[in-house]
Amino acid sequence: MSWSTIFNHPLGLLGADSFPFLAMLSSDDSDIFINGLLGSFAAALVIISVMVVVALLTRYRAWRTLWFDWLTSTDHKKIGIMYVVLALVMLTRAIAEAVLMRAQGAVGLGGGFLSSDHFAQLFSTHGTIMIFFMAMPFLTGLINYVVPLQIGARDVAFPILNSISLWLTAAGAALVMISLVVGAFSTGGWFGYPPYTETLYNPGIGVDYWIWSLTLASLGSTLTGINIAVTIYKKRAPGMKLYYMPLFTWTALCTAIMMIFAMPPLTVVTLQLALDRYLDFHFFTNGLGGNQMNFLNMFWLFGHPEVYILILPAFGVYSEIFSTFSGKVLFGYKSLVWATISIAFLSFLVWLHHFFTMGQSGHINAVFGIASMLIGIPTGVKIYDWMWTMLRGRIRFSVPMIYSLAFIFLFVIGGITGIMLANPILDYQVHNTVFLVAHFHNMVVPGVLFGMLAGYTFWFPKAFGFRLDERWGRISAYCWIFGWMGAFFPLYILGLMGLPRRSVAYEQASYVPLEIVAFVGALLVAAALMALVIQLWVSIKYREKNRVFVGDPWNGRSLEWATSAPPPEYNFPVVPSINDRDAFTAAKEFGVGYQEPDAYVNIEIPQNSAMGPVFGGTSFLLAFGLVWQIWWLVILTGLITIGTLVMRGFQRDTLKIIPAEAVCRTHQHWIQAARLALPIKRSQEHTAANKGRAAIETVEVPT
Amino acid sequence: MSEPIVTRTSATNALRANERRDFMSYMWGFGLALGLTLVPFALVQWQAMARDPLLITIAVLALVQTVVHFRYFLHLDRKRKREDLLLVLFSTSLLIIMVAGTIWIMANLAERMTPI
Ligand code: HEM
Repeated sequence: MSWSTIFNHPLGLLGADSFPFLAMLSSDDSDIFINGLLGSFAAALVIISVMVVVALLTRYRAWRTLWFDWLTSTDHKKIGIMYVVLALVMLTRAIAEAVLMRAQGAVGLGGGFLSSDHFAQLFSTHGTIMIFFMAMPFLTGLINYVVPLQIGARDVAFPILNSISLWLTAAGAALVMISLVVGAFSTGGWFGYPPYTETLYNPGIGVDYWIWSLTLASLGSTLTGINIAVTIYKKRAPGMKLYYMPLFTWTALCTAIMMIFAMPPLTVVTLQLALDRYLDFHFFTNGLGGNQMNFLNMFWLFGHPEVYILILPAFGVYSEIFSTFSGKVLFGYKSLVWATISIAFLSFLVWLHHFFTMGQSGHINAVFGIASMLIGIPTGVKIYDWMWTMLRGRIRFSVPMIYSLAFIFLFVIGGITGIMLANPILDYQVHNTVFLVAHFHNMVVPGVLFGMLAGYTFWFPKAFGFRLDERWGRISAYCWIFGWMGAFFPLYILGLMGLPRRSVAYEQASYVPLEIVAFVGALLVAAALMALVIQLWVSIKYREKNRVFVGDPWNGRSLEWATSAPPPEYNFPVVPSINDRDAFTAAKEFGVGYQEPDAYVNIEIPQNSAMGPVFGGTSFLLAFGLVWQIWWLVILTGLITIGTLVMRGFQRDTLKIIPAEAVCRTHQHWIQAARLALPIKRSQEHTAANKGRAAIETVEVPT
Repeated sequence: MSEPIVTRTSATNALRANERRDFMSYMWGFGLALGLTLVPFALVQWQAMARDPLLITIAVLALVQTVVHFRYFLHLDRKRKREDLLLVLFSTSLLIIMVAGTIWIMANLAERMTPI
């Protein structure tokens, strides 16, 4: 690369042929045309959605609100909500792609309608999005929202950093989205193994899109990990020992620590690949001393802890839900804590099981196989604890509980197939077949996704002040559950029959019936997503009926339920002091749940800051510039990024003060509402009578 | 914590001195980190050593760099609490797992490759 290449091409590699739509029109091959049509349709959807959002914002004059109340906010609750919104948007795209892949599978006997390149792009974006831009933001959002409330803190330890993490993740997501409109995404799968992803085999810009979107996401997650870990260590309310923390907070702590250690290998390995591609290094090339096996090694050093980063917070959500909706304390609290810690630690010892077949000798495989099976033990402990939590409880089959029960059944099946795959001998047989696809979807859908959706339903009333519609919630939950079963049980069998994963087409007619079943299942999953959207719409429409301002709609046990819904900006007028597990339940039982403090004081909270959005914008442009090799853009945005960082160092006035009188007014208003509200029994939970004040029900009443 | 009673001027003086000490400590950290980064690059650029000693030197300098970061940026020193110690031990054990595991796997693969 010389100075002339840097400055002679102001648009870098961008040209008219970078737009799939134009490329489609200029071709007369019908196959290219169909695939181009699908691609253009997707691109058009992106553009139209952006335009609709812009139009709506303008129509309702919401730009100011959006900017001042949301985008620049450093409030952990708003950042949490924005994370979840991002996750749901990306979920929609990734599910649409999944359905398209299953449709191709159903007609894939000897062909189908998708070209192999297009299919490869679909599974690559689906996988990348689901992991990095759906599951990660979703769990980060829930943690962000809930953890400070659960530990009685006013905010996270580093509010601005929090906003920057959000924006880095959003910039990565935007990069994946824009790849639909300009150019094309990688075809190398979600883990982009070289040498296929090296320039020799992949000269285009697809892999670069993948590299830079992952880099942004992984930086965001590392920072998030640091932030959450410090928050939990340093900002707990007085008296809250580690063993008093709710289980969700425990899982958040373990996840955060894992993020700190697991994300850097990913950042490093993708950057090494970038060096290979941009500057002719030879880390992973075939010749000149490169060694692609080390990519696998480094990637899975990140990748395996990553899947536990995803699942642990879901375990935390399930723990809260089993206990709350059974009306009992969590069974075996300490064993659950230690199981969580063991899983977190063990997850760093098993990465090799993702490449048993790479060629290392049998004894290494054996060691890692045994280590992998060990993880089954703490996980089993958890399952039993949850079942014992339910035992003799008064179980309410509300939406979160439906997800949780489905999770137990399905997760155990996934766990068993996992133990099977942990055996290298079996793995050699089914490696790289759709058996594996079925196994990991068994973990990430009933495990992670159901947990996130259960958490979304569970904490939604806290965040927005009204309950979600129960009926549509159930419809959605059952569609997810049965849709998932339809889509993935057949894959176990197909895998055993030998269907390789990532196949765009196949020649065996015997695959067809099961492929069709899987397609129907995928359609049901799409229906589940629709139902989720309808649920949101219906709930917003009838929100006045479902208001739970007092803030405790489910007879909750931990501190997040001890505030109004939605909570004030500063969470707690007076930081509570804790001397028990299930702090809020204890307070309610002693009749001190809704009390006025002796005195109110001024509260300092961080001011809004444009750092996050500026960072998001510049890092997006920087990454875009890197993808298309628009070097002036890279240099410019790089300088701006560093500049804002330095400027921030000189800003002294970063806090704003909420005067004691305002705190007092808000708090008294809430206490008043709580006193007026009728405490309701659990049987009335889903009626309009539920204003968020729970009656204490300690006696086991037979019904 | 009860602060000793001091007059205002001596308090501000103490604060100034503190600030200055902090600043100097950060500068030391920055200088050391920079030096420990530039030296290996220079060694490679000018091929100052044979391959094996070079690799070992770089590794040692990297370890020293870690200690510098701990000392000057993360403010870990010997008189700190048990919590800190636990975290350092935990980090070290994870890093050892990752590095040792990588070496084990990659060396084994190299051994089993057909020599070119
Ligand atoms: C419930 C709806 C889902 C359906 C119907 C679905 C469907 C699919 C399909 C058809 C594939 C390609 C399989 C193949 O290689 O032949 C795939 C791959 C994948 N999916 Fe999903 N999926 C779903 C949810 C998820 C979720 C929630 C996650 C993660 C959190 C996820 C992560 C992945 C990953 C990582 C891959 C591998 C991509 C690759 O091969 O590089 N999926 N999925």
